[in-house]
Amino acid sequence: MTSVFETQLFIGKNIRFAAPDPGTDAAVESKWTEDAAYLHAIGIRPAYPLPVNVVKKQHEEDQKEANKNHLFRWAVRLREDDRLIGWAKISNFEWTHHIGVVALGIGMSDDRRKGFGAEALGMLLRYAFDELNLHRLRAVVPGYNDGAQRFFARFGFVEEVRRREALLLNGQRYDDVWMGLLQREWRT
Amino acid sequence: MDLFTGTLVRLAPSHDTQYLRLLDSEPQPQLTEARIRKEDETRGLPDGKGFGFDIRALAEDRLLGFVYLGIINWIDRDAWTAIAIGERDSWGQGFGTDAMRITLRYAFSELHLHRVTLSVFSNNTRAIRSYEKAGFRHEGRIREAMRRDGAFFDILQMGILRAEWQG
Repeated sequence: MTSVFETQLFIGKNIRFAAPDPGTDAAVESKWTEDAAYLHAIGIRPAYPLPVNVVKKQHEEDQKEANKNHLFRWAVRLREDDRLIGWAKISNFEWTHHIGVVALGIGMSDDRRKGFGAEALGMLLRYAFDELNLHRLRAVVPGYNDGAQRFFARFGFVEEVRRREALLLNGQRYDDVWMGLLQREWRT
Repeated sequence: MDLFTGTLVRLAPSHDTQYLRLLDSEPQPQLTEARIRKEDETRGLPDGKGFGFDIRALAEDRLLGFVYLGIINWIDRDAWTAIAIGERDSWGQGFGTDAMRITLRYAFSELHLHRVTLSVFSNNTRAIRSYEKAGFRHEGRIREAMRRDGAFFDILQMGILRAEWQG
């Protein structure tokens, strides 16, 4: 039987969860925001590139929220060369109801479709359900992001809400989809 | 025709900004919530610009409650609404439905929004019926979103599109 003290929450097979390092991460993340498709994929609209100092400021705000347990955010780094490839977070908590929202992103398109996102989500879910003891999670998926709904569905998320025509992108209306995963569904 | 007057109620300027944080025992500085006592509750509205109105009965100008239209996403032309009729004696008389009609008229004809969103507890049948009458359609159910008195409740999401609004 594995001792509870051997749990490795932050180390995966190819990636690891690290504390954000505003000093060095901000420059990398700022570059990601120059890709409008990346911003759209993670639901940030309107797309707008962020200078390094603004990203740093966001990190400071995030840390304040983290100190109040309002937000848990990790830098996702490759174990091989410690390169920063993305981020993962749990936020928007309602503690009395034990619920939260998960989100993640892989910054550069070359780093996608390699299983890193799936690995990160698996670790995120484990943290949410086994460490934070949350009862349920939400993932928000913009309707124009084709792969995202399938991605979350692989982990057991089901579509719960479809806010019709809630998004307007490139002159076309898309739905905004909320998916949900209960702790007991994840466990089985 | 006055934009803010219905058949039973009118929407009046609200001077009570504290109403937006009412009934919350834990301070949540980044959240602004409008909550109906024992009725429906919008979930975790972030602090944002919005329009809050008192609901006053046309008869005697009696204060009945509060309605809020906010978290306005001008890019997507979508907003959230929340409504409260405070006194139990004032429930079930059409005040909320009338106030919501005025609010939707404001949202669609004045703000030119594309849709309005709300959430409601699954066991709040009176409110659900009222929203259906106002034109809202069901858009989903957040399972076991609330834990109260040892039981779980779902939260229903509803939305109305401009094309579904009968101006």
